[in-house]
Amino acid sequence: MFDDDSVFKALADPSRRFLLDLLFKRDGRTLTELESELSMTRFGVMKHLRVLERAGVVVTRRAGREKLHFLNPVPIRMIHDRWIDKYTERRVSALLDLKTELETKAWRQSRKPA
Amino acid sequence: MATESKTGIATTQVYEVYIRASAQAIWEAITSPEWTMKYGYQGAVDYELRPGGKYRAHATAPMRAMGMPDVVIDGVVELADPPKKLMHTYRFLFNDAMKAEGFTRVTWEIEKVASNFCRLTVVHELEGAPIMAGMVASKFSEMGTGGWAWILSDMKSVLETGSSM
Repeated sequence: MFDDDSVFKALADPSRRFLLDLLFKRDGRTLTELESELSMTRFGVMKHLRVLERAGVVVTRRAGREKLHFLNPVPIRMIHDRWIDKYTERRVSALLDLKTELETKAWRQSRKPA
Repeated sequence: MATESKTGIATTQVYEVYIRASAQAIWEAITSPEWTMKYGYQGAVDYELRPGGKYRAHATAPMRAMGMPDVVIDGVVELADPPKKLMHTYRFLFNDAMKAEGFTRVTWEIEKVASNFCRLTVVHELEGAPIMAGMVASKFSEMGTGGWAWILSDMKSVLETGSSM
């Protein structure tokens, strides 16, 4: 149902990533709440939410009269397992180790008395 | 926001996955120990599938070797409507701090969307259980395992391909 394309497309927009970050911070929000965090029309936010829903990364549940939006991390997890793990895990972790090492060294040097 | 903390909506997590399998097969994967030993944490579950029945998840041998109790998760079945809906309470017993958080609630919903194709939704109500909320929301082991997203991806993999990730 949800292909990788729709998930990549959903993630390929800063406003949509911002919406995901908002839901990551606090899940189960209404359109009105989400809208108040973006400088965008209600219609614009709705359009972005629809793309996120179609990709399966946002799911909605009804609670009384309200429609609440939840972050669904499963499709992102599957993208991670399929694309990130396979090609980059080793190289990325080597680079991250290097970054940590260099930054620690720089930090130690900055603390050295002149 | 005040209403939210009252109803606990902000502490609810929702997970959804589409699986190429029958609703009955997914139901079995959730409720039978033969299946739960194949994916996720691979602990055997024990469900008494009636309201008021017990739910228990047993530790695997490596978990017991790490000093965990034999029953690592317990709860009470509130609703069992095979192969569509299962609702039960859910408490971690890995250590005293988790046990003290008490019971949360897990609802499994299986909905057929096409022939041999279903949507599985897990709704986890986590009011008053911040430790568990953190654990089920993300990976928490060095190996990148852990959490509902991982468990459900692995369940999908086992049901569709016959083997774990």
